[in-house]
Amino acid sequence: MQGLPIQPDQASTIARSVDHLYFFITAITLFFTILIFSIIFYFMIKYRRRSPDERPKPIEGSLPLEVLWTAIPTVIVAVIFVWGSSLYFQNSEPPPGAMEIFVTGKQWMWKAEHPEGQREINELHVPLGRPVKLTMTSEDVIHDFFVPAFRVKKDVLPGRYTSLWFQATRLGTFHLFCAQYCGAFHAGMLGSVIVVEPDQYERWLAGSVLGETMEAAGERLFKENACVTCHLSDGTGPAPSLLGVYGNTVHLTNGQSLIADDAYIRESILSPAAKIVNGYKPVMPSFQGQLTEEQILDMVAYIRSLGKTPEKQEEGKQ
Amino acid sequence: MSTATPGTRGNAPRNYLNADYGWRSWLFTVDHKRIALLYMVSITFFFVVGGFFAMLMRIHLIEPQGALVQPETYNKLFTLHGVIMIFFFLVPSIPAVLGNFLIPLMIGARDLAFPRLNLLSWYIYIVGGLFTLYSAIAGGVDTGWTFYTPYSSTYSNTQVTAVAVGVFITGFSSILTGLNFIVTIHKMRAPGLTWFRLPLFIWAMYATSIIFTLGTPVLAITLFLLALEHLFHVGIFSPALGGDPLLFQHLFWFYSHPAVYIMILPAMGVVSEIIACFARKRIFGYKIVGFSSVAIAVLGFLVWGHHMFVTGQSIYAGLIFSLLSFLVAIPSAIKVFNWTSTLYKASISYEAPMLYALGFIGLFTMGGLTGMFLAALATDVHLNGTYFIVAHFHYIMVGGAVMGYLGGMHFWWPKISGRKYPNGWAALAAAIVFVGFNLTFFPQFILGYLGMPRRYAFYPAEFQVLNVMSSAGASILGVGYLIPLIYFIWSMRYGPIAEANPWGAKGLEWQTSSPPPTENFTQMPVVTEEAYAYGAEEEPSRG
Repeated sequence: MQGLPIQPDQASTIARSVDHLYFFITAITLFFTILIFSIIFYFMIKYRRRSPDERPKPIEGSLPLEVLWTAIPTVIVAVIFVWGSSLYFQNSEPPPGAMEIFVTGKQWMWKAEHPEGQREINELHVPLGRPVKLTMTSEDVIHDFFVPAFRVKKDVLPGRYTSLWFQATRLGTFHLFCAQYCGAFHAGMLGSVIVVEPDQYERWLAGSVLGETMEAAGERLFKENACVTCHLSDGTGPAPSLLGVYGNTVHLTNGQSLIADDAYIRESILSPAAKIVNGYKPVMPSFQGQLTEEQILDMVAYIRSLGKTPEKQEEGKQ
Repeated sequence: MSTATPGTRGNAPRNYLNADYGWRSWLFTVDHKRIALLYMVSITFFFVVGGFFAMLMRIHLIEPQGALVQPETYNKLFTLHGVIMIFFFLVPSIPAVLGNFLIPLMIGARDLAFPRLNLLSWYIYIVGGLFTLYSAIAGGVDTGWTFYTPYSSTYSNTQVTAVAVGVFITGFSSILTGLNFIVTIHKMRAPGLTWFRLPLFIWAMYATSIIFTLGTPVLAITLFLLALEHLFHVGIFSPALGGDPLLFQHLFWFYSHPAVYIMILPAMGVVSEIIACFARKRIFGYKIVGFSSVAIAVLGFLVWGHHMFVTGQSIYAGLIFSLLSFLVAIPSAIKVFNWTSTLYKASISYEAPMLYALGFIGLFTMGGLTGMFLAALATDVHLNGTYFIVAHFHYIMVGGAVMGYLGGMHFWWPKISGRKYPNGWAALAAAIVFVGFNLTFFPQFILGYLGMPRRYAFYPAEFQVLNVMSSAGASILGVGYLIPLIYFIWSMRYGPIAEANPWGAKGLEWQTSSPPPTENFTQMPVVTEEAYAYGAEEEPSRG
């Protein structure tokens, strides 16, 4: 047995601000609990029944008091609502330039894939002081990626991507829990987030055993699955060219348009008939069941790399 | 008003308990009071079963690696604990036992509007309960009481369908009970009993009945769809079959959040009755307390999304659900302030029911205030899915609903059984329950903040101290629940005979004999005053 801890580590940029709100609500809770308890105890003693025949005067109620104790809680919850919501909004968008890591949950392990190709299971190496955005999906049931020390949590769903971000502020190893019940060994779906110095992280990345980046793996899969036969880069094939698609507007046959993102690419691989690009026929077969979630992430990474126009690629290199 | 007088053992006057004998007279009764007792025995049985599972869980969690059972078994324990406690104890507890017994008595009616339907409700409840017990024996179920898809529909190989069918069937019992109560309260009030003369318990039961009839069908549909996917692989919730993984959660919480108010509103009604009686005061702000019950029932339907802040739902949806969740807090706060003010310049006596009622206010206040951590988006992200949630909803459901139920049982037991229980033991039990409860669940708030997720069969060692504290508290809580069970049973045979109105209370139910005759009142009561006319100008009544 260890001692009695009362506060989790504060190891991310948002941890402190979430704790401030937590302490504020704790203070409000304590104040009102003590207030109500004290008033009740005071009345219990002061107005205890002194003789069995006692008949207190009836009191109807008091409109001013009702207004007062409707208004005070309203103001307090309004403050907490605004505080909690604005913090949540700030915390929900990753800062520009966040590095990306891809996480797949499955019964009962966490798999992470770094764009440079390094893969790990039940561990997640991240550099200190850099914003990290995770794009996550599940191969089976709903899981939940929870790092208490970072105060971040997000469900990991089958069939769609969710994301969260954090920026670690302390070196060390922190618990990664699955916080959504996922079956027999839910409690064993434990991982560690390992925060290391940035140069150490680079060295760790370079130690990749596969020697293949996610983009490269995606390009290989793109050829192996014969995607390249139709999706000709010059746009003359039966399927649209994927150059410059990612991050740009796509016009569909139903007249709608959208910005091509991870979820759209994923859907187009698995359910190609759902959204047809204007000017093309729905001829593509579904790859449902033929690719693992990690392979799909590799393909998404590859298609994303094609999306960068040459100028943007230049910017990326600088 | 009543012509019946308290009798002595041996030549007791005719009442609903001695009107007839034998098992047929119970199983085929259409008397709302006898049906209430059928429910009382059944839900007590399920409470003991659910409590037994809780006890095994708390023993298991004394050791970080798990002291008692395999993880698969632990998962079945918490699932069955939740399913049984919620659907077979908490939801029917106050409405089906005290509501059934008291609504006709409180409004001066002979019975509920549909007595046969009332008996049917009990049979439906029992069939649903048997289905669930069957599944527990035939291998159990391991999805958690929330049955989240796609785990429940396509991955779990336990008795998901049997339990879903059990809960589905029981839902109809709730719907019919709610319908019966609504019609009864609308159509069968005694002459002179206007809406604003009704006891607040009736207001609370009315609000609860609305949730029963509007919310439960959604749960039934949801479970039906779940069974459809589980049995026939129709793609509804599982993405692998073309379904939407979050749809289930929307549908499930659309019922299950209002279900929280099914559990707490009746307890609020009970507490209003008890406080008025033992403070000899009209409830401060009667109308506002009554309307706040209805406000809670209505707003309760609009907050389900606060269970889903971390599912990846739109942040704007999160914003709306957070706002609405905070709004529900306000009528709850108003009630607490009004109960407290009722004690002002009152004449307070401390019999056992009052101790439970005051315990309720304390624990409900803490349960309600800790809800703010979960309604606020930024803190919910950290606390969602941890022991903080477990602690919060046990403060509401056990600290609130169970305290309310026990308070109500102690208050109306003389009316129900015609006997008194030993007040000293009852006061001691109330104190033990209060202490044991806080010891069990307060450490879980800290565990949750530290990050311990719920539904963990084993856990990192740093959480052990708090888990051991919680388990120790649970053993005290268990003793606190056992004592009333013993003296209630004891009192049925050996308790002193109770008079018609042992507490000097004002409700109509106290104007007839204890226990009441089968027809409730020997002559039709006429109401000329409000429910809480504990006035200075009144004649002092007996005892």
